[in-house]
Amino acid sequence: MLLIQCPYCDEALPELEFAYAGEAHIARPADPSALSDEEWRDFLFIRTNTRGPHFERWRHIHGCGQFFNAVRDTVSDRFLMTYKAGEPRPVLNALEAAE
Amino acid sequence: MSDVAQALGGASFTGFARVEELAPQGMISFRGDLSDPVVQEALRAATGLEMPAQRGIVQAEERALGWMSPDEAILLMPHAALGGVLVELRAALAGQHHLAVDVSDARVTFRLSGPGAREVLAKLAPVDLSPAAFAEGELRRTRVAQVAAAFWLSGAEEIALICFRSVARYVFDLLAVSAAEGGEVRAF
Amino acid sequence: MSRYRIPGKGRVDPSAPVTFTFDGRRYQGLRGDTVASALLANGVHLMGRSFKYHRPRGAVTAGSEEPNALIGTSRGPGRFEPNTRATVQELRAGLVTESQNKWPSLAFDIGAVNDRAYMLFSAGFYYKTFMWPRSFWDKVYEPFIRAAAGLGKSPTEPDPDTYASRNLHTDVLVVGGGAAGISAALVAARSGARVVLVDENPEMGGSLLSDPSIRIDGQGSWAWLADQLSQLRAAGVKLMTRTTAIGYYHQNMLGLVERVTDHLDQPPQGAPRERMWHVRAQQVILAQGALEKPLVFDGNDRPGVMLAGAAQTYLNRYGVKVGDCAAVVTSHDSAYYAAFDLVDAGGRVAAIVDTRPTVRADLVEATRKRGIELLTGHTATATYGRLRVKGVRVNPVSGSRVGAGRKIACDALLISGGWTPSLHLFSHTKGSLRWDAESRTFLPDHKTEACQIAGAGRGLWGYGPALEDGVKAGMAAANALGRNATPTGARVEGDRPGTGTSQKELPTDRSAGKAKAFVDFQNDVTAKDIRLAVREGMRSIEHVKRYTTNGMATDQGKMSNINGLMIAADALGKEPPQVGLTTFRPPYTPTSFGAFAGYHKGATFELTRKTPIDPWAEAHGAVFEPVSLWRRAWYFPKAGEDMHAAVARECRATRASVGMFDASTLGKIEVAGPDAVEFMNRMYTNPWTKLAPGRCRYGLLLGEDGFIRDDGVIGRLSQDLFHVTTTTGGAARVLNMMEDYLQTEWPDLDVWLTSTTEQWATVAVNGPNARKVLAPLVEGLDMSDAAFPHMSVAECRVAGLPARLFRISFTGELGFEINVPARHGLALWKAIHEAGQAYDICPYGTETMHVLRAEKGYIIIGQDTDGTVTPQDAGLDWAIGKAKKDFVGKRSLSRPDIVAPNRKQLVGLLTEDGSKLEEGAQIVLDPNQKLPMTMAGHVTSSYDSTALGRPIAMALIQGGLSRMGETVHIPMPNGTIRAKVTSTNFYDPEGERLKA
Repeated sequence: MLLIQCPYCDEALPELEFAYAGEAHIARPADPSALSDEEWRDFLFIRTNTRGPHFERWRHIHGCGQFFNAVRDTVSDRFLMTYKAGEPRPVLNALEAAE
Repeated sequence: MSDVAQALGGASFTGFARVEELAPQGMISFRGDLSDPVVQEALRAATGLEMPAQRGIVQAEERALGWMSPDEAILLMPHAALGGVLVELRAALAGQHHLAVDVSDARVTFRLSGPGAREVLAKLAPVDLSPAAFAEGELRRTRVAQVAAAFWLSGAEEIALICFRSVARYVFDLLAVSAAEGGEVRAF
Repeated sequence: MSRYRIPGKGRVDPSAPVTFTFDGRRYQGLRGDTVASALLANGVHLMGRSFKYHRPRGAVTAGSEEPNALIGTSRGPGRFEPNTRATVQELRAGLVTESQNKWPSLAFDIGAVNDRAYMLFSAGFYYKTFMWPRSFWDKVYEPFIRAAAGLGKSPTEPDPDTYASRNLHTDVLVVGGGAAGISAALVAARSGARVVLVDENPEMGGSLLSDPSIRIDGQGSWAWLADQLSQLRAAGVKLMTRTTAIGYYHQNMLGLVERVTDHLDQPPQGAPRERMWHVRAQQVILAQGALEKPLVFDGNDRPGVMLAGAAQTYLNRYGVKVGDCAAVVTSHDSAYYAAFDLVDAGGRVAAIVDTRPTVRADLVEATRKRGIELLTGHTATATYGRLRVKGVRVNPVSGSRVGAGRKIACDALLISGGWTPSLHLFSHTKGSLRWDAESRTFLPDHKTEACQIAGAGRGLWGYGPALEDGVKAGMAAANALGRNATPTGARVEGDRPGTGTSQKELPTDRSAGKAKAFVDFQNDVTAKDIRLAVREGMRSIEHVKRYTTNGMATDQGKMSNINGLMIAADALGKEPPQVGLTTFRPPYTPTSFGAFAGYHKGATFELTRKTPIDPWAEAHGAVFEPVSLWRRAWYFPKAGEDMHAAVARECRATRASVGMFDASTLGKIEVAGPDAVEFMNRMYTNPWTKLAPGRCRYGLLLGEDGFIRDDGVIGRLSQDLFHVTTTTGGAARVLNMMEDYLQTEWPDLDVWLTSTTEQWATVAVNGPNARKVLAPLVEGLDMSDAAFPHMSVAECRVAGLPARLFRISFTGELGFEINVPARHGLALWKAIHEAGQAYDICPYGTETMHVLRAEKGYIIIGQDTDGTVTPQDAGLDWAIGKAKKDFVGKRSLSRPDIVAPNRKQLVGLLTEDGSKLEEGAQIVLDPNQKLPMTMAGHVTSSYDSTALGRPIAMALIQGGLSRMGETVHIPMPNGTIRAKVTSTNFYDPEGERLKA
């Protein structure tokens, strides 16, 4: 069982309290009607399926209830960092160097 | 009131620790920006308590004010006082976006007491309940077996635990099984 | 005193005899014995039969890695445990044990015929022996394999024991209570860290318990051990014995299983049998030592052949000599000390046979001094005896030439093929191993977790190095925690250093093809099997493992992996690291299901949610059904009624007069804020802006993909406050979805949400007399149709209780839903029930609710929809706010796939023969087409309708809405049923009854 740092509770807490919520940084288009079928398809279904550091969303569902973002390495299943929703996508190189 | 039904009729169990379903108390779920001084002042005015920091709870007499998330607080009070608190909150925050909802009936409160109280919970919750890690003033929201729960130290050797009403039987049974004589571990 | 017990030796209590039975015979052992040590003390070596060939077997180890001595143990009804390792199970008074895998008896076993049919069971036999003919697969082979598979018998009765679990958080967890682990724990604890030290044995000490002659800091090793343990206690270390670390998971989470009562004569009241500890440690120190492995040669599995280290343990820890005259075959120095201890205790050792050409001078000297014959540069080529070893055949080896054989008589043969560092837990973490060419073994390399490895696990040998390494590990752990630790030193006298080598099967002068040289004892895998696997094309060790089953027994290759690898590498002509090592997985040792289940059994197995009205339903004989996690009243049978009759009566009563229904499980969400209406507009398909306070609307919720996710009636209580209801199963999902959009997509919207699902108890009252029942109970509201029309909501008092009253209907009848605070739910229910007596009010359950709504064509999310149904598919176009620019899922409604013709659409079905269709039945358009037929859809809902006097059904059918009046076909086992496609609105299509 992983420990996940909730950026809102500011504490590493058991995975049992969290729920995965899909890939991060896929913003809903401001005007979906302006999108072509292909663009809308990509928004709906196309995901990076990364091998390695993956930007993803989690919710501290049995804790503070907040959605937040995380970078998790899909190979090692290790969290490189977590950050609040709305914060910019962190730079990977610096993270990996810190690893 | 004779028509007030407790979820388990005030069930209790005594093993190496005591487990009791408490009489329903007043409980308000407050949604708002807790970092807003106006909100903090309104909560202080309504409860007489200072909004605690992250993951904290403050208690005095029969009232308590707890941090549930950056935008959610829980207010506890005698049930008879609930209406007044709601009125006061609404008055203090008139025109200010917030949501205060009576959730007294949505949840049940259990009290674990005795020297083994921490032991009982440590069997069911995945968080560190040692005195060093879980002290008075901490409000812990986590899982108890398969359900969500919140708990805090409500006194010396006494833990208050709240969970949804519909799972009261499940949680009580688990607490009772965990508190049964012969199952002491004494590991803290 | 038993024949093989040596007075004055061992840690058993000679004054405390313990009686037990094995295969019905009574034996006496001593307190402190294991079943294996007690049987050996009585001269019993034959303890089991092997899995495949049913060969007679004895204990080959003295620990948890034992592959052979698996027994059934019992303690009264239900308390039977198969596959207990006799080397682990402590003796307790009255213990009943039995051998396994034999018939009719252990000494004479019919199944041993398999041993003669060797060719049928060689490597890959599953894929060869059972191939032809095809017709034998399920009639002959499978029953045979099923009958033969498995070792012990499963218990047949429910397990009356309880099992516990416990979470524990600590600074340092030390696994292994031997010399290295003890010194590590003490150093770490003295730095102020919280330390837990666990060991799978009944007492701490590890191999020190088998080496009493060592002296540490001027004391005998056992005295030193006792002293260290009291120092550990004084330093606050939590010592846990009989506790096995079974798995090492992410971020230093370990699973420990503590055996609480299996060793006790009489378990204390209330004590669990086992306790699973979930430990989260900041730092982990693995000090699990090393495991001895056998030498591989013909007949190395005969009872009486055992690992030299095991014999040393039986002697020193249990005071048992394993035979009158032993012989030793070894490739490691450690076996010499076993021989020396045996001789020094008055036993006889005929010879030490070493496969290595030269041996350390001091060992040679010590061997000679004890009058033991030493044969270096020799091989073992056979053993003699049937149920007990009687001798070993040894031959000199010179280069690749094996000389003439010679028999050495013995009744115990101690073998040692060297030691394998116990790195199973380390491997669980995906820590990598590196091949050490010098010691010919794998050692820990790259770590993925905050852990240290100390002692023999790192390939270190001898107590001096182990103690020193433990201190180092303890220091490192303390330092990593930011603590200052003080190093300690220990002076070891009479240490037993040693080296050895790992090798393939021993050379022989006989036909290697006829040799039964076992690598994996439990799975009966021989050296020949591994070579055969390589010959047949297996290249990776993973393939060799699965083809031969080497290492797949319950010991997970603890004894066999390295030997198997050596042989496979030799056969492939590669170095061992190029062939690789299979992966170790949890659990480290076999673990009971009970330990995993813990408290999750019986009443606390599964969470059951109950409504405030549930006690009334139970008291009134309701039959319940699970709906998501809730239990809901399904129907209320009266005496003599079956389900069909009860539901028909409930339906009739509700349509004719009035029925009442517990709808408390519906999800409820308070949506509040100045932007609440905008939020509702964006979330739901429907338009909300013009919905007046006090009015309700059916809301439809899609995913962004355009498929229906949820629905429910939503009331607007004031300009900026909505009372949203969701489906029972969708409550948490919908709240999660709303929070997601609010928090991450539209943080600019001023809206707050709070779930009130459990705050309100909800009673639905439906039927032409619903108003008549309720009106007298309602205060503060004009309930007339004019003042409170269909789809209205108001706050008022009902039966004296504060309430939110909705006029809505999920039945097609005049309907109301009353919400009161949950504590008053039961009171409200009773009040309505009482008030309704004048109208024969009928409590009904979920089945009747389903029938009544189906008669109206109202859908159930998840029954009539399956995550691929759009509003158009479900005939719910009308619920879409066409003028709205956007809402969740809107863009998808014009996706090419969504607007494509011939999508499955929801329609009604009426069978021509009046039979009731089966839900899930497939529908075809042409019943005469060739098989396999093209499915055009399926039945989603099907009920007997009392209102219509015939069965009705709903179905998703390709292009269904354009097939009105057509006939479709439902092929069933007893013939094809014809049905007419209709509207789903079967009853009162004009909706007149709603307006009553």
